[in-house]
Amino acid sequence: MIRPALLALLALAACKREIRDLRTDPPVQAALEGIRLMPNGIGGAPPPVISAQGDPYETNAWQLNQGKQLYTWFNCKGCHADGGGLSGPALTDGWWRYGSDPVTIFSVLHDGRPNGMPAFRDKLTPDQIWQLAGYVRTLGSYSGKTAAPSRNDEIQSRPAESRAPAATPLSMPPSR
Amino acid sequence: MHWQSVLEPQGPQAAHLHWLIVVFFGVCAAVWLLVMLVLLLGLLRRRPAPVPPLPANPASERRAGVIVGSAVGATVLVISALTVLSAVTTHAISADPSDPLLVQIRGHMWWWEITYEGDRPDHAFITANELHVPVGRTIQLELSADDVIHSFWVPNLAGKMDLIPGRDNQLSFSADHAGLYRGQCSQFCGLEHAHMALFVVAEDPAAFERWRASQIAEAAQAATPEQARGRDVFASRQCAACHTIRGTPANGNIGPDLTHVGGRAWVGAGLLPTTRGSLAAWIADPQGVKPGTNMPMVPLGADELKDVSAYLAALK
Repeated sequence: MIRPALLALLALAACKREIRDLRTDPPVQAALEGIRLMPNGIGGAPPPVISAQGDPYETNAWQLNQGKQLYTWFNCKGCHADGGGLSGPALTDGWWRYGSDPVTIFSVLHDGRPNGMPAFRDKLTPDQIWQLAGYVRTLGSYSGKTAAPSRNDEIQSRPAESRAPAATPLSMPPSR
Repeated sequence: MHWQSVLEPQGPQAAHLHWLIVVFFGVCAAVWLLVMLVLLLGLLRRRPAPVPPLPANPASERRAGVIVGSAVGATVLVISALTVLSAVTTHAISADPSDPLLVQIRGHMWWWEITYEGDRPDHAFITANELHVPVGRTIQLELSADDVIHSFWVPNLAGKMDLIPGRDNQLSFSADHAGLYRGQCSQFCGLEHAHMALFVVAEDPAAFERWRASQIAEAAQAATPEQARGRDVFASRQCAACHTIRGTPANGNIGPDLTHVGGRAWVGAGLLPTTRGSLAAWIADPQGVKPGTNMPMVPLGADELKDVSAYLAALK
């Protein structure tokens, strides 16, 4: 009787509420734009401030959820639909035209890409772009995560983000 | 401004509800006093020690039966009467008004989007957090929500009605006297639920029409070079992605419409009184004054901040 109670008490002590870092300090905000991109625009080094903060845009559910909200608000759905692709490429099929690493996706959102992807640097603040990049990565991620954004308000058209690996790496581009 | 209180009704719907509250309070208080009195009598009454076996006394048993029976009957009667009164009052305040002023209110985390229909498409306009109504005319609200459940409650004028995502609710009310009435979201809706206030400005019909005409107009032109620079900063930076200022390229629809933001009394849904300084404080550090708000901290330089706040404060 004593032992289960003690175990339950210990388990309770392990409960920790996730920290929502609501306010990005201005110096951090300025540093968040400092990516070092490879000359071909694919891959590179993220700003050191992200790892110094514990990689929140990949591991913090609140940050991922803010990204999910921005995905709707800034009409990513208009071209990419619910991740399945429309006039823009699909995000859930495991094929990333420019690579799936966070720095590349940040630069795609920040500066845009040819053939229709607009630049969002004048519409989103740097921390918002990182939030959106983190969310977009969960759509077609190759591995599961412990952090997930909240569920859809609409009908699910695909497995919930990060509940399972969304896709396996493709060696060839999808046929469409 | 009136006290935000249901005990000070300022319109017919609120008066109905006030009457109902008074009746409920009076009846319940009388019942409570009666029960306490009987309890006290029972506690104080001195009984002779029982002599076993207890002798049967038909007269006292009949009396006890009558007392219990009439108490049960009175309870049923009181509850039924109050239920009927509630139903009658609900019916009275939800009757379809003739020639109402239609206004749509959409709840967002954490502000109110208010849309006035016009007789022509270009006479419709959107504002935020400040509902102007003409005195005496019935206002019919169509209530919806964007994200989570909110609840519209201006205690001096009307009862509560929830704003629910995916469902349209209706509420009608009217104000008897000109004045400023405060309302508040009354359904917990997240971090800044407490800072989701709404103000109803009731004014005479002529003043209301003047206000409506001023809102239909496009935003004021920049009058000084500082304001013109502020307008350009607003249009070229992140501000325009979420906010609309009619008459300028800014046409975002995620945040409140700012076409006449300088003419509204409050910034941030009742958070700060509108001044150039409070606008600047809000833009410089939204998370500092309203932690959790969806307004991001846009990295602006000191001069840009001065220009933008001068421009917005001048948008009367």
